[in-house]
Amino acid sequence: MIRIKNAGILPYCDGIVIPGGESTTIGKGLKKKGMFDEIKDFGMNGKPILGTCAGLILLSKGVYGEERDDLIELLDVYVERNSYGRQRESFEIEVRFQNRLFNAVFIRAPVIKRVGNNVKVLAEYNNSPIAVLEGNIMGFCFHPELSRDLIFQDLFLELVRSNLRKLKTNKI
Amino acid sequence: MDKKLESLRYGTDLIKLGFAKMQKGGVIMDVVNEKQAIIAENAGAIAVMALHAVPADIRKAGGVARMADPAIIEEIMNAVTIPVMAKVRIGHFAEAEILEALGVDMIDESEVLTPADESHIDKKRFKVPFVCGARNLGEALRRIDEGAAMIRTKGEAGTGDVKEAVRHFKAIMGEIRSLKGKTNEELKDVAYKINAPFEIVKETAILQRLPVVNFAAGGIATPADAALMMKLGADGVFVGSGIFKSENPQKMAEAIVEAVESYDDPKRLLEVSKRLGEPMKGIDIESLSDKEMLQTRGF
Repeated sequence: MIRIKNAGILPYCDGIVIPGGESTTIGKGLKKKGMFDEIKDFGMNGKPILGTCAGLILLSKGVYGEERDDLIELLDVYVERNSYGRQRESFEIEVRFQNRLFNAVFIRAPVIKRVGNNVKVLAEYNNSPIAVLEGNIMGFCFHPELSRDLIFQDLFLELVRSNLRKLKTNKI
Repeated sequence: MDKKLESLRYGTDLIKLGFAKMQKGGVIMDVVNEKQAIIAENAGAIAVMALHAVPADIRKAGGVARMADPAIIEEIMNAVTIPVMAKVRIGHFAEAEILEALGVDMIDESEVLTPADESHIDKKRFKVPFVCGARNLGEALRRIDEGAAMIRTKGEAGTGDVKEAVRHFKAIMGEIRSLKGKTNEELKDVAYKINAPFEIVKETAILQRLPVVNFAAGGIATPADAALMMKLGADGVFVGSGIFKSENPQKMAEAIVEAVESYDDPKRLLEVSKRLGEPMKGIDIESLSDKEMLQTRGF
């Protein structure tokens, strides 16, 4: 696993994660460094991408109430930023996932307001999707890296593995 | 009522530390009005610090420096989507309660304002995360023990002279390195000497870094200054007067954001350092008397 900060490395990866932070800051950085198009191509080529929190916002098709030119638009969802409120309204909550309770951490988190027909909802909180999958693109509203339970990281790694298996089979 | 809702938890340590982590690799900029806040957001700031005056002006004005008018902070909160932080005086927990009620995303218990007490705020009883200044490991770990979710160097705010930030950052990092390989007895001795709790000293020794996010602040005025602090190991930087006291704030803001992202790429740093106009004029710290130093506030 490596941290990618510049253009030119990404095409050699098997899967990438766009982490949390501020989507406005990350979006500008990606464009400036020429990584915006690289990520778009990466996703269009069927390679797995996970976006968490700000990363999910950047993968989405639209942000309610905002004019954005930095959305990669690989995931057919529409989100609302800081939907629960400010940091004061950030929270932890146990959500049910695959027959266990998972402690999800939401920090100034986005809410997925609309999902396209091909988007599979993996987990929900408060009747709203918090983990989604569309083909090779995965998005979480929460921060899996802040929880001890690594089940959501496993989920993404499995997506990467199955994609690698598929590529191998296609070669043969 | 949905049973799940009962376990909804706000303002936990994880939520506070998690927020601070999201600031990593970013630039937090001092702003005094909506217009500046929007410039900062457009330049790619990860957050803004809402103030009534930047530190250089606070220094010039003299007198008692207090929490900004909450109306100014509120205007800034309404103008941008990125997190908004604000400063309170050291020990002034009533100012902190007011800012928590306002809903700022993080509070800076800051030596830039006139201290209200010799003791610092008990930050653990707040739901809002705090950032505090430090000049050495002892100060940093005492603040963390009090509940700070982020540490920043004090540097010497409002001077545009990065020297003190460098000194404080190197002091902290050096002290952390010196903990390596020490036995529990030796760490207890260190804890006693630097007046910090043993448990946090031990955690720092094992992690070989502060247990919370560690930013640089105080006197950062150019992209090169910001890159310097990142190279020394900072998780991100605060820029106070350096942006809006420069000739071309927008360019300076963008350049510093890029310098923090590309601090290990001298070619990019070269590009972003060109034609920025005059940086803030600044004050050589050597010309300040001990009385004029802000960094000695707090302990």
